Amino acid sequence: MLLNQLIKELITKMGDDELILGHRNSEWTGLGPVMEEDIAFSSMAQDKIGHSWALYRILHEELGGEDPDQFAFMRSEKDFKCCHLTEMPIGSYDFSLMRHFLFDHAETVRYNSMLQSSFLPLQQLARKVRGELKYHTLHADAWIMQLCRAGEESYLKMQTALDNCFQLACGIFEAGPDDKQLAAENVYPGEEALYEQWIEAIYPVLVKASLNMPERKQPVYGGRYGKHTAYLQPLLNEMGEVFRLNPEATW
Amino acid sequence: MNSTITIQAVYTSLEQVMDPEIPVLNVLELGMITDVIMEEEYLLIKMIPTFAACPAVEVIKTNIRTTLEKDLQIPVKVSVDKEVQWNSNRLTAIAKEKLQNFGIAAPQKHEGDVEIDMIMHTNCPHCGSENTYLRSPFGSTLCRAIHFCKHCGMMFEQFKPLS
Ligand SMILES: [Zn+2]
Repeated sequence: MLLNQLIKELITKMGDDELILGHRNSEWTGLGPVMEEDIAFSSMAQDKIGHSWALYRILHEELGGEDPDQFAFMRSEKDFKCCHLTEMPIGSYDFSLMRHFLFDHAETVRYNSMLQSSFLPLQQLARKVRGELKYHTLHADAWIMQLCRAGEESYLKMQTALDNCFQLACGIFEAGPDDKQLAAENVYPGEEALYEQWIEAIYPVLVKASLNMPERKQPVYGGRYGKHTAYLQPLLNEMGEVFRLNPEATW
Repeated sequence: MNSTITIQAVYTSLEQVMDPEIPVLNVLELGMITDVIMEEEYLLIKMIPTFAACPAVEVIKTNIRTTLEKDLQIPVKVSVDKEVQWNSNRLTAIAKEKLQNFGIAAPQKHEGDVEIDMIMHTNCPHCGSENTYLRSPFGSTLCRAIHFCKHCGMMFEQFKPLS
């Protein structure tokens, strides 16, 4: 397949992860356990949605893709390539925090791997967001530590959240059929390599927090091939509602 | 192109374009302007946003264009420069002083990477004490963090360092 087509698919899944998780994070607005967390989840939502827009713009401007608004709001569910982790409802704060920890470390290793990408627009975006992502992982790490040291009950909740999130998070790294070619062309190193780097990034934090890292037994795959949980469609409906009412509106 | 317009006049005009989120700082002090080019038909200003998802970018671009067109009476185009990435070392010394006076701690200078220890003890803009801690890396806007000063007992915001 043409390299540009493969890059398009890579950028689509990255953008969809950020768009969907960004919308999930924004659902914490007004519901955070403390004011700071309310603000933090709103800020991180804003960052993620901003990154998805930057990715969709690359598709549009560099790879002949459609208008970013159309792309974000007018696609059918099966054309979305987000992983299941991002689709899950916000659930409890423990779940959302653990998802944020696992996802943002994955996002960080992904962008870091693109600092040298042969595809210049991705390289430029990676240089732009790496500094920002540091604050996301700083935030996640600090809260994981704090809650794991806040007594037995709190610690057990975090371990449960990790157990519930881990296989879903492994699904971020569902291999694509053409990862080898993308790696050979130095676009990015491929999903399995990122998975290894991700484990290296999260393991020391989990150890410090005395959490037991589960094994990758049944990673939740399917999202990258357009197979989704029942939670995605209602979210897409909600996101698209305003847009569908008036598709010509400018934002 | 009108040859009577000097680069100096362009910069003087740019000094009038303030950041909507921190109204004491102009776009030059923030280090957002990367190039000024006199094209045949118009004046081109290249700029970079501070944070990738900064919601104020479009407003700032429009403000640059309208301010310059009004001051210089020539057509102006503003584009985002993708080859340069903003980092907090681009803030001028004057900008940092203005931030302090505005009650927002300035970002520490970094050597290409922001170390977490660096922001853990940020000097309080009210009393100058180092006896502070980071309360949250996210503040009222994307570019700010929230700290607490143990010396004067006040919360304060910081324009956070970004690599
Ligand atoms: Zn103080």
